[in-house]
Amino acid sequence: MKLDLLTSLYVFMLAAFIGFEVIRRVSPLLHTPLMSLTNALDAIAVVGAIILAGEHKNNLAAILGTIAIVAATSNIVGGFIITDRMLRMFKASGPKKP
Amino acid sequence: MIENLIEVTYIIATALFILSLKWLSSPTTARRGVWAGELGMALAICGTLLYRGIVDFKLVAIGLVLGAIIGVPLGKVAMTAVPQRTALSHAFGALCVTLVGTSEFYLRAPDIPPLMMAVLSMEVILGSLTFTGSLMAAGKLQEILPQRPITYRGQNLVNLGMLALAIGVAVALVMHPDQVKLFPALIFIPLVFGVMLIVPIGGADMPTVISLLNSYAGLSAAAMGFVLNSKLLIIAGALDGSSGFILSVIMSKAMNRSFTNVLFGGFGQIQSAAAGEQEAIPVKSATAEEAASILSAASRVAIVPGYGMAVAQAQHKVRELYDALSKRGVDVRFGIHPVAGRMPGHMNVLLAEADIPYDRLLEMDVINGDFPQTDVALIIGANDVTNPAARTDSGSPIYGMPILNVDQARTVMVIKRSMAAGFAGIDNPLYYLDKTLMLFGDAKSFVGSIVRELGGAGMS
Repeated sequence: MKLDLLTSLYVFMLAAFIGFEVIRRVSPLLHTPLMSLTNALDAIAVVGAIILAGEHKNNLAAILGTIAIVAATSNIVGGFIITDRMLRMFKASGPKKP
Repeated sequence: MIENLIEVTYIIATALFILSLKWLSSPTTARRGVWAGELGMALAICGTLLYRGIVDFKLVAIGLVLGAIIGVPLGKVAMTAVPQRTALSHAFGALCVTLVGTSEFYLRAPDIPPLMMAVLSMEVILGSLTFTGSLMAAGKLQEILPQRPITYRGQNLVNLGMLALAIGVAVALVMHPDQVKLFPALIFIPLVFGVMLIVPIGGADMPTVISLLNSYAGLSAAAMGFVLNSKLLIIAGALDGSSGFILSVIMSKAMNRSFTNVLFGGFGQIQSAAAGEQEAIPVKSATAEEAASILSAASRVAIVPGYGMAVAQAQHKVRELYDALSKRGVDVRFGIHPVAGRMPGHMNVLLAEADIPYDRLLEMDVINGDFPQTDVALIIGANDVTNPAARTDSGSPIYGMPILNVDQARTVMVIKRSMAAGFAGIDNPLYYLDKTLMLFGDAKSFVGSIVRELGGAGMS
């Protein structure tokens, strides 16, 4: 158990560094889509909720798990839809006279 | 065998998530980023469904379908409602994490090793305070709740006390995980704390606060990953957490304030002093016709939009103005302050929605050098981010905040409803400059009148 936690800490630290380096490069133009996209990706917490509800170890866990699935799935679906809608709106000038 | 297959889907999903954020760095590759994210998400969910321990597929299906039904309308809100939608989705994410954490506690108690209990406490505390905090933020942004900061004496003491109490309960549980009765307090206290934390926050601080809540949501998900020993979740949480953190840093730098100042500062108290000494200094005002003739004679125009443009829904009229001026050969660009609007990047999204090309939208640092060569700076619904007192008056509450140097343009025009002070309650000396023309009126209709004048002059 202790070993696992240590590995987890390494993973967390490396991921945080990758996050910093990758996200620092995101143009301020796209900060709003960035937030909605990371929000959708964060809803990967749904996998934990699926296992909780699916295992159905007791009724409390099953009910809370199902509500958690609903909350996370709405973030996944809504987050991806709105991010894509926003990104479709960003267009370059194209062939326009200077 | 199946366990390995599941792990493989998780590893691919992790890689796709990182690529997704990497591709978001530029508008040309950004949509690919969304596809990568979707693919990764689908893979991870399908992989999870293969897990042998799942016996009750009905509940899972109900959850997924209901979530999708709620998610679709949340993905289709108007662009002006994006800040409150974002706050709401932080709340949903935090809700999921809190509920899973709660279930894990009751499934495992009383045999929870201390380290595990510590991480679980962090998950639940962060999750529940983010849940109510984000709901409050969404309520303020939707204007269901008052937007003005609500402050009272000893507020910070009360808030810090509550946080300390929650941590105290967590410590007690770490030492005595069999005290199951203590657990509800670990949820309840942070729930109240989340509300109290956002009560003193005003509208203009929302960009920082939303980013901070974003970061908390990510960290709570990462903590959940520790508890469930899921590397995928730790990584996704860490990415979200660092994204929120970076944005918070950018936002607070752009306001020249620290996190603690945003969270514990309460901004609204200064205005009484400023209002007292204020004499009626004359300002110059102009009509739409005069504004149109000055604009059409210019060769370089910089438009500075602010939250007022969003409130007046003026972005489509602004696009017409942009078209009319561009057609006359005027070089029109937009100067976007990082904290303009109610969330990071808010103005860019609204202007992009109105079909203004993104290469015309310039960051503060890029456009600031160009103001001395700019004929007209047109300010639409922005105030504090253009206030030269931030540069010159060391007594001003916003002194040191980076601003758009519109006062260096040859002519400054300000579309404003009235002479009322901005969010920070600070008078703006920009309005009394000789080169400044005040255009009093609603942003949408005033820009509309300028466009009409430009059209009329063009035909004659």
